[in-house]
Parts: sequence; structure tokens; C-alpha cells
Amino acid sequence: MPDTTQTTLTAAEKTGGDTAALVSKPEQRKPRSLWGDAWFELRHRPMFWVSATLLVLLLLIAAFPGLFTSADPTKGDLTNHFLSKPELTHFFQPDWFGYDGQGRSIYARVIYGTRASILVGVGVTAAVTLVGGLLGLVAGYFGGLIDSIISRMTDMFFGIPFLLGAMVVLNAFTERKVYVVVLALAFLGWTSMARVTRSSVISAKQADYVTAARALGASTTRMLFRHVLPNAIAPTIVVATIALGGYISAEATLSYLGLGLSEPTISWGIDISQGSKAIRDNPHALMFPAGMLTLTVFAFIMLGDAVRDALDPKLR
Amino acid sequence: MAELNKGDEPMDATPNVSEVEAAGVAGETEAVAAIEAPVERGEPILQVRNLVKHFPLTQGILFKRQIGAVKAVDGISFDLYQGETLGIVGESGCGKSTVAKLLMLLETATSGEVFYKGQDITRLSGRALKAVRRNIQMVFQDPYTSLNPRMTVGDIIGEPFDIHPEAAPKGDRRRKVQELLDVVGLNPEYINRYPHQFSGGQRQRIGIARGLALNPEIIICDEPVSALDVSVQAQVINLMEKLQDEFNLSYLFIAHDLSIVRHISDRVGVMYLGKMAEIGTDTQIYDHPTHPYTQALLSAVPVPDPEAREGRERIILTGDVPSPANPPSGCRFRTRCWKAQDKCAEEVPLLAVPERFKSSDTPAAHESACHFAEEKDVVHAA
Amino acid sequence: MTTIDKTMSVPGPRGGSESGAPLLEVRDLHVEFHTRDGVAKAVNGVNYTVDAGETLAVLGESGSGKSVTAQAIMGILDMPPGKIPRGEIRFRGEDMLTMSHEERRRIRGQKIAMIFQDALSALNPVLSVGYQLGEMFRVHQGMSKKQAKARSIELMERVRIPAARERVNDYPHQFSGGMRQRIMIAMALALEPDLIIADEPTTALDVTVQAQVMDLLAELQQEFNMGLILITHDLGVVADVADKIAVMYAGRIVETAPVHELYKRPAHPYTRGLLDSIPRLDQKGQELYAIKGLPPNLTRIPTGCAFNPRCPKAEDICRTDVPVLHRVTEQGGGEIAGRGSACHFWKETIHG
Repeated sequence: MPDTTQTTLTAAEKTGGDTAALVSKPEQRKPRSLWGDAWFELRHRPMFWVSATLLVLLLLIAAFPGLFTSADPTKGDLTNHFLSKPELTHFFQPDWFGYDGQGRSIYARVIYGTRASILVGVGVTAAVTLVGGLLGLVAGYFGGLIDSIISRMTDMFFGIPFLLGAMVVLNAFTERKVYVVVLALAFLGWTSMARVTRSSVISAKQADYVTAARALGASTTRMLFRHVLPNAIAPTIVVATIALGGYISAEATLSYLGLGLSEPTISWGIDISQGSKAIRDNPHALMFPAGMLTLTVFAFIMLGDAVRDALDPKLR
Repeated sequence: MAELNKGDEPMDATPNVSEVEAAGVAGETEAVAAIEAPVERGEPILQVRNLVKHFPLTQGILFKRQIGAVKAVDGISFDLYQGETLGIVGESGCGKSTVAKLLMLLETATSGEVFYKGQDITRLSGRALKAVRRNIQMVFQDPYTSLNPRMTVGDIIGEPFDIHPEAAPKGDRRRKVQELLDVVGLNPEYINRYPHQFSGGQRQRIGIARGLALNPEIIICDEPVSALDVSVQAQVINLMEKLQDEFNLSYLFIAHDLSIVRHISDRVGVMYLGKMAEIGTDTQIYDHPTHPYTQALLSAVPVPDPEAREGRERIILTGDVPSPANPPSGCRFRTRCWKAQDKCAEEVPLLAVPERFKSSDTPAAHESACHFAEEKDVVHAA
Repeated sequence: MTTIDKTMSVPGPRGGSESGAPLLEVRDLHVEFHTRDGVAKAVNGVNYTVDAGETLAVLGESGSGKSVTAQAIMGILDMPPGKIPRGEIRFRGEDMLTMSHEERRRIRGQKIAMIFQDALSALNPVLSVGYQLGEMFRVHQGMSKKQAKARSIELMERVRIPAARERVNDYPHQFSGGMRQRIMIAMALALEPDLIIADEPTTALDVTVQAQVMDLLAELQQEFNMGLILITHDLGVVADVADKIAVMYAGRIVETAPVHELYKRPAHPYTRGLLDSIPRLDQKGQELYAIKGLPPNLTRIPTGCAFNPRCPKAEDICRTDVPVLHRVTEQGGGEIAGRGSACHFWKETIHG
């Protein structure tokens, strides 16, 4: 082992080290990791704060709908049948957004419908990132025959139209709970994650530090999860964040077509579908769930953009 | 020395320049004593024998078939002795980096052997391979891509200990990493910093520290300073020399900069298109080259001294290095060689001491793979 | 940071052009970059001139501002984050920085051309080499496709690309590194510019090819009587082709000299350090001299002489006063044409 007492370093070399230590800003004395840098970038973007605020609110609503309304979304009172138009000054009251065709509070339904949308969005994203990411990692890192097989499989799935495929799959189920929709969408949606991850893994694995680790005798697991994945994951995160909004709208589309979530689950898609039947006289029954849906998708896509800018400034 | 172009290639446009500008700069640089102190060699620590690496060229998507091979390294042999520096020079595409990868066991040799202390390591795997890796380490060319940007300096230099836990007890590692930082001339307090907070020269020091961590016997340096600024290059070269003395390291120093290679090497091998053209001590190669390629290479090096430069002969080669997928028959250098004759196309010259120098005791008597080897000093002013 | 090197405007070994004004004159140029970590002062008052037929080598390490100066001359600086707060770039006496966009565009490409280090990324990979060469003639001189192609072949022959006629329709990746650099030179030459800026033109090439390309460049320069600014970090390359050298450090010119003079007796400790720190090909040296420390961070350039923390000769005055570019004279006071040193102790450096 190196014996430090022997080392005769000139003062010059030491100073050399010191001068360059000042490369970063004075207040950034503490080590600055790349993730830290990305967080710094993110913090300085108004777009991030707008979307983050919206998303925190939506998550709160999804987790604790009872905090936001006292009305029961499933209790219909036919005396309220379409009679009540929105009372826009009755903040947080059951009649704030008016009542739907079965006399249920639209406000309460919008609030309670959030959970399904968020669950589907987050669930599908988690599933496709895990499955697609792992397949992409394995294909990109090992290459050869494994890569050929996974890539061809990806191509095949990629050929299936996303919504049409989901409709065919979901049609096989009579009662469609959240997890069923999540599985169906994830089954068809993992391909883009696999592709993105694969290509960034291929470029990351060519870096000299991966070779260096191999030269040290590092195990495959170590190389994959310590060297390759941390340096290849950024594009996957970006794509996943943006795709999340897309999955939420896909769920709504399917529910609208009657092939997504089914009653008694409360979902914006179902409400949009029902609201659209009376659109001429009572547009509010459609407008509010649709508005919430748009807002949510918008928030996720905006977050995705902000994350992309922060993680990969070159893409801007 | 009149015609340099043998016209084997359609290189008609390029005139054959051989500028002998005999500016009368009196040679104040009298050949700095050709006699070298005989080096105590002993057993070589690394013996490379007939090493071959062909990269197959394939076609097809799912079912690939081979349509040819890039002969990156095509039968190389040399020895590396304990405590010495063997320089390998050559232009891009000559296979010198592939040699590094083969010795690091990062690529599997197509054929040939590499003996480390008498044991062939090219076919090792598993535990035995891991044990050998401890003793052969590498310093990379590009200090910007050779360090994982997501890891701290402490993690990077400490990783060898994670992989080889037997090398250092767990509680001892942080101290060891700090010692290593100190050895390579960096402040031990930088242990928690990230690579991007350092300059190129400092990163290269970090890379060297990682290479030293397991206390290896051999370090393979693939262009370790070519990405650095001139003023920083000297610092890193001096550091490497100091470490070599301190830890009795053997270096295989691969570079394209001939001046730096001369400075650091005890012996030098010149590669061309996957083969060794000439090998010998630094004085033999630089002051008494006998292979035309070595002579051309040396004469082309720009020298930071206009006056010495003007007194030197320049051999300007025509054309480019041929593709290693389809190398010329016989001597690989013949397409650019001004001495080439029919024999060169037919017979592959062997790397051996040329017959004409065999009996004499001149510095020209070193291994050279040329049918028409003759001595020619191109480095010193005429 | 306002000390302007007024003491002398770098004189060239040869006189100016017919109009009296030099071909290119850079005066007190400043360039800064606004980054998250502060303002990086990349160029801090650079002065130089180039005449027709003359080769000026700008020598410096990474971050010395040598390439940024060239980009400012070409007008290809990214702005923002780049900014030119002060300075003049006079081409034949006219300040290009105050010109209209259109005027400037006409000079760039037609009168001033640039050769980059990385020929592969400077050429468009999806267009044939002949097309890219011909584009110059079609766009700037309104030639027909056929004429342009003929001229392209001529040019390729001029830069000695073998079998130019057959290879004119090949794509950049089908050429070797040296051949690609020749194509870059051909493109730069296409419109017979008055000035060529070559930014590390041979750094990416092998030594044997380096020599070919440098020779070609020097020969063409002579033939067309062009001015050439050669930007490089390689003291060896410079020694071969330059007439005069400007050494840059931290955005300033620290020494100017005719090429032979500089190598024989440097007048700035930085230049001396650089020369001492490169190993020699023709003899085996002992330990290399190494300039201590690292090039400065451009957001916080040391006060006084920027080189003072690394300088073996530094004294108190070096930490407080920015040295101007002093006229360097012989020991007896005799003039040495074209020599200047921005060191308080230039006398001791060159004569001591």
C-alpha cells in the first residue's frame, strides 16, 4: 500500500490542487452532484413551481377527497336532476359545479374522480418504467442475441395501436377496476420506455468509466446499477413524466368509450361520457370533469418539460 | 532518397517531397552517448506472444454472418520487465489501443498468449481472472469520460476496495482513499467532491489514484496525457515517474506523442497496422532507427525549435494508413514505403535483428521488421 | 481590467497592405460569457494584426481565449451567453463589429474563411463532398450545377485528393481524417478568401498526415497570398509554419515575437515554462520542468498578472499591477522587431 510518508510532493502541486478546488462558486463549497445540479436548475424554473403546486394539490385531493367536499359523489337526488346549474360563488359547496343527470354533485364527483385518474397515471407509469426500463437496460447492456430478441419483441408491440389494443384487451373484462386498466395500458405502453432506455444505455456503457469498472473486475450487477443505470436513466425519467399525462387521458378516453373503468368506480372519463349526452342544455356536466382532466394532463406535461430541461439542457 | 512514392496506390497527385534542408546548424546536440547502462532485467513480468485480435465484420440483423475481419492486432510479441516502461507508439488504427484492451482482458484475444509471471492469462475466468486484475491496472486517455460523473471522488477511488474487499478492511478504506489522494498530489479533503468539479489534469490524477488503489504491479497507460494541456502534461508525467520509482511499477505506455514516449520509456515499440515494426531501447529507436516507418514517423514530428528543425531531414509519407480490414500483402508498410520492392509484397518481414547488424555491436542491432533495414538518423540536425 | 496594451500595437514583420490598413486588425477586444457561475472573462484586451501573406500563430492552452478570439472575428460566437463589451475587429480598416448583419455575412465566407479541428463534424454527413464544395459557388457566385461541380473537382485536385473526379460524389465518412481536413481546406479556399483562420487544423490528425496537411496549407497560403491565423496549442506545429507568434494566457497576449526569436529566448516566464515543459525528441532529458498549478478560472482571474500564482519570478508588483505589453529590446537598448512581453520582469527573463 502506498506509504504516504515517502511522498515528496512539491508545494506547487498542492497549490495546483487548491486553485482548481475553487472551480465552483464560493457558496457551493459543498459537493455538487449532477442530481443536485438538476435540482438547482429545476428550482429556478417558474414552470416547475406552477406544475408542482398543481400536482401537490391533485395528489392531496386523490389521497383525501373527504377533506375537499362533504358531499357524497354516489348519492343521487333526482330532485336535483340537471336543475341546478353551477353556483359559481358557492365555493366548495356541493352545488358549486351544479348537479348531473342523476342529481349527483358534480363537484364531489370531480373531487372523487381524481383518485382513479392519478392512480391509473402513476400506476401505468410505474409499471412501464419498471418493465420497459429493465428490458431496455438488459437489451442495451448485453446486446447480441438478447438485444435482438427484446428489440424485435418491442417492435412487435410497438406495431399495435395503443388505444385500439387497449380496447381489445379491456373488452375481455366485464368488471374493470383500476388495476385492470393499469395492467392493460402497461401491457401496451412499455415499448417506448424500453426503446429510450436501451439507446441511452448503449451510449452510457461505452463510457470509459464502465470499462474502468470492468478492468477492476466489477460484477455485472455492480456495472449495471452503479455505473450504467444512473447515467442512462435521465431520458427515461423525462419520457415517463411526460407520458404520465398521456396515460391519464388514455384512461379517460377508454372510459368515455365505455371500455375503461366501469361503475361504480368514479372517473372523469365516465362523467365526460355521461355529460356529453346532455351537452346542449347542460354543458356544465361535461365541462368540469373535462376541465379537471385537461388541467391534470397539462400539469404533468409541464413538469415533464421542466424535468427535461433540468436533466438534459442539450435537448432544449 | 529521391523517390519516396512507389506508386502502389493511386496517389498520383501527391508529389514526393523529401526536403533535405541542409541549413548549416552545427550539431551542438552531439548524440547524447549511445551507450546505455546495461539494464538489470531478470524475468519479464509480462510476456506477450503472437497476440492476435480480429474483429469480425458481420452482416444481417438476426442471423449474422461474417463477411471479413478487421485485423486490429495481427501477431504481436514483446516482453515487459519489472520496473521498466515500455512505450508503444503508432498512428491511429495501428492497434495500440487494442493491445491495451487485450492485456487488460477487456477483449478476448483471437489467438496468442499473454503470460503474467509465467501464467497464460488470456483464457482465465471467474476467480482467477479477478485475482489477476488486481495486479494489472489501467489509466485512461480521456479524464472526462473515465470517471463516473454520478460518483464522488471517494467512491471512485474506493471502488477497487468494494470489488476486492480483501485488499483493505472496511473501516480502513476512507483513510486509504485519502492517502491515495495525497499520493497523487490532491488535497485529501476533496474526497466528497464530484469529478466535474475538477480540471482535466486533476481528474487524470484521480484516475491514476484509482489505478494505484489495489497496489498493482503493471499499469497500462493508454494515451494518459494526450487530452491534457501542455503545462499540465509535464506535471502528470513527472507524477507517473515518481510513482513508478516509489512502487516499482511496470508501465506499458501507449501514446502517439513520440517526444513524451522517449522521455518516459526505457524501451519503445513502434506499431504499424497491427504489427510491430521495430522495437528496442529508446536510444536504439530514436537515434538509430532502422525501419523506414520509424524513420518517417520520427522525421514528421514537429519540433519546438525552428533552427533544429531546419537542419533536419523530413520524410513526408504519401497517402494514408490502409484499412486494417484489408491490409497489404507482405510488408504492411510497403504501400507508403519509398524502399519497397517486389520482395516486400511477397514476403512478410519478420521482427528480428537484421542480418547485417547481427555480428556488430552497434545500437542499430535491434529488432526491426524490414527486408531492407538500414540505419538513418532523422532526429538530429544534419 | 481596463489596462489596455497601448504601449505597442503588435507590428508585423512585413508592412501593411496597399491601402495602408492591415488586412486584419484586432484592437482591445474583450469577450465575456455570462454563466450561472458568474461572468467568465474569456478575452481581456487582445490586440493583433495580420497582413496579406503573413502567418500569425496564436498559441495558448485551453481557456486562454485563443479560439474565442477567432470566433469573435468570424462572428460565430454564441451571443448570448457571449458578449463583446469592448473592442474593434477591423478588416481592411473597417470595423466588423459595427457593420450590418448583411455586410458582415458577405465578408464571412468570401473574405474570411475558417478551418476547424474536427472536419468530420464540420462537414454535413448526408451531403456528398462535391455538393458541399459546389454549394459555395452556387450560392456565392451563382454558378450552374455543372460548372460548380467542375470547380469542385478542380479544388479537390488542388488540395491533392487522389482520384478527385471519381470521389467527388463520395460522402464525408468515406474519406480518411487527413483527406477530410483537405476537403475542409478546399472549402475554405473555394472563394479565394483574403484571410484564413485555422483552429487547431491538425490536432486530430496523425503526425505523418499532420505534416502533409500543414505543408499544403502553407503552400496554398503563399500561392494566394492570404493572411493566415493559426490557432494551436502545439509549440511544434507553430515552429514549422508561423512568421510571428502571439502567446495567449487567460484572455491576454502575454508575448509576441517572430518565430525564431521566441524559441531562442522567450521573454515571458509562461512561454519559457511551456518550452521547458515539453520533452525533446532528440535527447533523453531528466525530470521535466512543470509549470506549477493550473490555468486560472476565467470567472475569477487573479489580480495583477494573471500568471502570477504559477510564476517562479512573481513579486508583489505582479499581484497588484497588470503588466502592459512592453517593447522588448536588446540588452543595449537596440530594437528587436515585433517583440513584446507582458511581464514586469521581461528584462530579467530574456537577458538574465
